[in-house]
Amino acid sequence: MSAADEPIGEWRERIRAAGVAGTSLRLKGAGTKDFYGEQLQGELLDLRAHRGIIAYEPSELVITARCGTPLSQVEEVLARQGQFLAFEPPLYGGDPTIGGVIAAGLSGPRRPYAGAARDFVLGTRLLDGNGELLRFGGQVMKNVAGFDVSRLLCGSLGILGVITEVSLKVLPLPRAEITVRLELGEQAAVESFNRWAGEPLPLSAAAWDSGAAWVRLSGAAPAVAAARARLGGERIDEAPAHAFWSGLRDGALPLFAAQPLWRVSLPAAAPALPLGVAPLIDWGGALRWYAGVAPDADPRARASAAGGSALLWRGTPRDAPRLHPLPGVLLQLHRRLKERFDPRGVFNRGRLLAGL
Amino acid sequence: MAQDIIAALAEVLPPDAVLATTEELHPYECDGLTVFRQLPKVVALPRTEEEVQAVLLACSRLAVPVVARGSGTGLSGGAMPHAGGVLLSLSRMNQILEIDPLSRTARLQPGVRNLAVSEAAAAYGLYYAPDPSSQVACSIGGNVAENSGGVHCLKYGLTVHNVLAVCGYGIDGERIELGSRAADGPGLDLLALTIGSEGLLMVVTEVLVKLIPRAPCVQLVMASFPEVHRAADAVAAVIGAGIIPAALEMMDRKATAAVEPFVHAGYDLEAAAILLVESDGTAEEVADQVAEIERVLRAAGASSLRVSGSEAERLRLWSGRKNAFPAAGRLSPDYYCMDGTIPRKHVGRVLEAIERMEERYRLRCMNVFHAGDGNLHPVILFDANEAGSWERAERFGAEILELCVELGGTITGEHGVGIEKINSMCVQFSPAERAAFFAIKQAFDPKGLLNPGKLIPTLARCAEYGRMRVHAGALAHPELPRF
Repeated sequence: MSAADEPIGEWRERIRAAGVAGTSLRLKGAGTKDFYGEQLQGELLDLRAHRGIIAYEPSELVITARCGTPLSQVEEVLARQGQFLAFEPPLYGGDPTIGGVIAAGLSGPRRPYAGAARDFVLGTRLLDGNGELLRFGGQVMKNVAGFDVSRLLCGSLGILGVITEVSLKVLPLPRAEITVRLELGEQAAVESFNRWAGEPLPLSAAAWDSGAAWVRLSGAAPAVAAARARLGGERIDEAPAHAFWSGLRDGALPLFAAQPLWRVSLPAAAPALPLGVAPLIDWGGALRWYAGVAPDADPRARASAAGGSALLWRGTPRDAPRLHPLPGVLLQLHRRLKERFDPRGVFNRGRLLAGL
Repeated sequence: MAQDIIAALAEVLPPDAVLATTEELHPYECDGLTVFRQLPKVVALPRTEEEVQAVLLACSRLAVPVVARGSGTGLSGGAMPHAGGVLLSLSRMNQILEIDPLSRTARLQPGVRNLAVSEAAAAYGLYYAPDPSSQVACSIGGNVAENSGGVHCLKYGLTVHNVLAVCGYGIDGERIELGSRAADGPGLDLLALTIGSEGLLMVVTEVLVKLIPRAPCVQLVMASFPEVHRAADAVAAVIGAGIIPAALEMMDRKATAAVEPFVHAGYDLEAAAILLVESDGTAEEVADQVAEIERVLRAAGASSLRVSGSEAERLRLWSGRKNAFPAAGRLSPDYYCMDGTIPRKHVGRVLEAIERMEERYRLRCMNVFHAGDGNLHPVILFDANEAGSWERAERFGAEILELCVELGGTITGEHGVGIEKINSMCVQFSPAERAAFFAIKQAFDPKGLLNPGKLIPTLARCAEYGRMRVHAGALAHPELPRF
């Protein structure tokens, strides 16, 4: 084991000790997403010491980094070669670690057009509850050997083990990018977003906020120019456009300060939910943020009825879980997977699901 | 016991949905990899979800293994029946249940053919992106089982990137719904785990796929290279220039020579390798990108270039690539198609190594290659009627796969492990990793009845394979560290 892998030896010891003592460990990178998930419990295990980019070759479109590597470092190295992480990982006002980005599996406004975090995960290394270091997937684009555990780990919130290393597919930065703003009502915006997504337009984000649609176009310059002519609207300067999209990505727009704040994931073309308030819409209609919902409005039931789910993003739950509940069959599969990867229940107890 | 399962199926299925005579069973004895054959005890042909559930309940109750099968075009023996088990054919569940043009989705039964989805969506200017070469015949259920790819994966992804939800049944008849019409949902991403699970976790009875707009303009550039490694470098140069082509394929001279007399695609037979680089998008976008692709390829040493001037010409240039396997069948009584993936930078090295192996195994091998994503398809030509020929082909293939693993790649990019590459799994994964795979299998299928014996090798099997490799002296590159 090389010097760079020293932290893994220490973590293995901590995992073993916690297993013997029957206690749990709370896995933590930069802590930018401490607010996300059900509960934070257990003794802190800081994963930032295991850091650094292990491999990056621009022509292979793959970067491999240790879990504690700051996202800013990854993005800087990629940008120097004209590449980026196309799922636009959120920062939430800090500098998350790449391990935390993948463990949380959250994606920014580009998600419906470029793909989610899990779509870019090619490989992982996992330190499981038995202290075994396992390697899944790899550094190549196509790999169907064995079950796709790497994508399973994306969004697992650390309940199956410590993701010590990730390999991600990267893409070239778009040559041209512009943002336009159009005056549109909520329903008209959702319909337009879906109609446009069915046309060969270089969409890279589509949002709606307080009576206006914001549409970002990214790609080859001629395609962006043609799409700009097709959509019309008012072109937004680079600085305010950047402020809007990063604010949306990072939860920094004014609406995100409200409590309680519901994050509702819906079929992209779903009609407006009867919650008495207008949402902030992202992902071309597939993600809707609701603040100021009346206590008896029940976003969870409304979201379920529309084919989606609702997550209490900010605000204290009274007695209900923050995450949308799972049906029994899936709950059982979660329990069995947890038992097998983490038989002593060491990792992030209760973070993804109460009692798990 | 054996008679029990036939009787049990006869109770829950109509008479024409249970096949049990040897004559009826024969068409199901293998999939697209015909060297692995096995008659099942019985074939079940359900038409509805309820019938699928009933078959699984019967198998579970009587502890009989069950192997799900789509169109049987798979290339790794994943749908090879289990002796004494049920072969569950989903080919009669072949309805397109719904196409929603606004939300750009199609809801499909598992037996729907891959190409039929795009044909049905064409009226809305939409299509389903993954296009395995067997797309006229292969089923969407089979695509889910194998996480199938095709020639456009680099830009448009594999099955896992294009499927939004599946539902089906576990071995105890429990209904399992994974994913949704919404972009994300609570809990672990079990959908990603299930796609590519080769029928070991559940039986899928419905698939919701994403449709995308068809590009109004598509053009293909064909480039010739005097040396294989220059073609490989040109692939890196295209990607390095910030271009993600819709497709980026390579064929070596052995492959072009094999297909040209057959399809008259107009390939340059003097070239050591040719590249096929496709650009799609709006007319302006394609014109821009094609000009840039030409510039990069010329700078990378292309000896000649040809840009498709019409749709007919583009399809003709593709026809050679798409007919590579049938062409192999004309050259040789049998052929064996491999499916390793490597980091692109090692392409030249792997092709040179394959040339040396051709001499050693006394078999010819032609190479077609999804160059953009590093996925190699060496096609080994052999004659099953000649004693020892298949055994040499099999060892030749295994050695190629081991080289892929040594170079940081994988034993299968898109065809799956099935029964064919089960020994090579011992080379790619450690005992602890294989144990984790078994644990996942057990979480879904505690009785181990869903497609048992495929995908994950047992410890005993790996130990046996290790002994065999050493005895046969087939341990390639002994100087390299092993996993």
